Amino acid sequence: MKRLLKGGRVIDPANGIDGVHDLLIEDGRIARVGRDLPVEGATVVEIPEGLVVCPGLIDMHVHLREPGQEHKETVASGVASAVAGGFTAVACMPNTSPVNDNANVTSLILAKAAEANLAHVYPIGAVSKGSKGELLADIAELKQAGCVAITDDGHPVATALLLRRALEYAGMFGMPVIEHCEDSTLKGDGVAHEGFHAASLGLRGIPGAAEALGVERGVLLSELTGSAFHVAHMSARASLRAVRKGKEAGVRVTCEVAPHHFTLTDEALASPIPYDTNVKMNPPLREAADRDAMLAGIADGTVDAIATDHAPHHYDEKKVEFDRAPFGIVGLETAVPLSIDRLVHSGLIRLPRLVELMSTGPARILRVAGGTLSPGAAADITVLAPDLKVRVRASQLRSRSKNTPFDGWELRGGVAATIVGGRTVYVNPESVMGSGVM
Amino acid sequence: MSSTSQEIDPKQAVTALRRKDLLGIAELSPEEIELVLDTAEAMKEVGTRPIKKVPALRGKTVVNLFFEPSTRTRTSFEIAEKRLSADTLNIAIGTSSVVKGETLADTALNLEAMSPDMIVLRHASSGACHMLSRICRSAIINAGDGMHEHPTQALLDAFTIRERKKKLAGLKIAIIGDLLHSRVLRSNIHLLTKLGADVWVCGPPTLFPTDIRRFGVTATSVVDEAVRNADVIMLLRIQLERMEGAYFPSLREYFRVFGMTEERMRLAKSDVMIMHPGPMNRGVEIASEVADGPYSVILDQVANGVAVRMAVLYLLAGGAEHEEAA
Repeated sequence: MKRLLKGGRVIDPANGIDGVHDLLIEDGRIARVGRDLPVEGATVVEIPEGLVVCPGLIDMHVHLREPGQEHKETVASGVASAVAGGFTAVACMPNTSPVNDNANVTSLILAKAAEANLAHVYPIGAVSKGSKGELLADIAELKQAGCVAITDDGHPVATALLLRRALEYAGMFGMPVIEHCEDSTLKGDGVAHEGFHAASLGLRGIPGAAEALGVERGVLLSELTGSAFHVAHMSARASLRAVRKGKEAGVRVTCEVAPHHFTLTDEALASPIPYDTNVKMNPPLREAADRDAMLAGIADGTVDAIATDHAPHHYDEKKVEFDRAPFGIVGLETAVPLSIDRLVHSGLIRLPRLVELMSTGPARILRVAGGTLSPGAAADITVLAPDLKVRVRASQLRSRSKNTPFDGWELRGGVAATIVGGRTVYVNPESVMGSGVM
Repeated sequence: MSSTSQEIDPKQAVTALRRKDLLGIAELSPEEIELVLDTAEAMKEVGTRPIKKVPALRGKTVVNLFFEPSTRTRTSFEIAEKRLSADTLNIAIGTSSVVKGETLADTALNLEAMSPDMIVLRHASSGACHMLSRICRSAIINAGDGMHEHPTQALLDAFTIRERKKKLAGLKIAIIGDLLHSRVLRSNIHLLTKLGADVWVCGPPTLFPTDIRRFGVTATSVVDEAVRNADVIMLLRIQLERMEGAYFPSLREYFRVFGMTEERMRLAKSDVMIMHPGPMNRGVEIASEVADGPYSVILDQVANGVAVRMAVLYLLAGGAEHEEAA
């Protein structure tokens, strides 16, 4: 079975392609990219002018909550949210209940993902049993069951020694260690970025240094062990500096930034809604200098990936006092509009760099398929509509949870369609492709 | 943020607070603050009468919802409500449904279903009053939320200072103690800077809120600098458990470096006022000789608390407009 995506600006940074091309899909794989490909025997899908065809986006940091917290999200609702956000693959964090520290949990997640049959799901296993920071999890078993990386996300790996061992041991299998970088004692019982706004509102602070200490620790241990270390949801300017220095020294360190950290600052604690629990996340929204540093790192290449840290929570859990609310917001369906609007239309980066950050980069870090439109690769493709006017509506999100601070935001840039394995799994009814051509 | 500003009659514009709630001093204008202080003067007179009661809030129901232990503030509000003839009830944690696991939002909605007019809330979480103000029709009065604000305390402090000094503008006011965890500090900084006072804050750097100078105050850890030529010295409570967070080594050392002694007090102006929002730790932030001495107005603060809270309740209920309607 052949499908020909005809026209459209094809962007494939891995192959240096950026221009109007056709793309031929054959049996779920990419057959060819080129100009004026022959249409014989293929179903032709016209890609309207102005749309962008790129390798499927990969969100390397999401919480799908299953097993154990299905009131927040399930694998099925999570991947529905993913494809609506333009993601053909997601990597899910192990802080489920029970923790994904063994093959049974990994297999359950993969079975649910296969049943949902939308986006690819790459489970990430725990570093330590129960993520308790004591004994290493059975990492070979996790790898064999399908985990692509390990992390104790939600918390940092408890000790420097355990992180060192995890890097050494996982390095044997070529798995990166993904770290929620944080010095727990400095974080303490903080609930917001330690800055003027938290001080003014009487909220206990989490200094940027708490994160940067964790980044420094990881970079040093990555250097010591020679293994790949990935900084999750980086937010502080001192963290960026540590990553940059590490990279300059040849350390195998990579990092991701979440859209909320390059979009919002801690001013959101005070307005428009004071104490809005939908601006409570960890790491917290930081001050303008940190946000600007994240933007600079995105522009200069220090940042390797954009990842959402999609963290669904039920509204009951968020409808409490600020200091009692759980950390986190949903992000899968707002990532593309925020990224295109804030990074591309602002003139900070061009679209090929965005595709690198949202597809090529994550694929390289996790060593998973995708991130390219090379012939033979699975036909995981995202069609972007960079000029689409998008209005975020929390109530319309596919995610089971609606905890977003971006409700009502108007942004320019969206998703037109999402194709996984050659099959169209999502068409945005509000885009020009919504008229049924797919 | 939540002003009920429809149908303003200009000639009555200074007789009521044009807002639904009193969540903090931060959102009040200098004029609104002056209005409360002026109204409190009239209310204070009520407390000197043989029959200490006026009908201003007759038929109004006020709920005092206290999730933290409080003697002074709760009693003060209750007396204020009763002197205004409101129907009052007190709910303290331990006797409420909260111990059964009910959320603050549900507790508030259940109370709300019984149509009170005002809820006076004391809560350990900063922002709890903002949250309630979003879900309740009743007026919310902040009686202290976490480390955020304690607006009626700052108003009674200002009232007490104004009573003696006849003004606030230009006065050097030194606030010394646990700045970081103090809602009294935050409300006082907002209020005193809005009315033109020269505010100095002092304590160990471990207890400075981030970017404290952005609040428009002078911050120092040298207590003599803060005290020198001060018109007012306000001490803040040092909580005994703060040593555990390594904010300072011991209460004894705190007193040595920051405690208000008679000797230190002599650096201030000769007519200095010594204030403390209570409860005091004698021999920690303040020497007993100072607390009990001739410059202390600590009990005046307590006395004035009733008048100021009467003013706040009265003005939020609509002030003279409500009385005319009744």
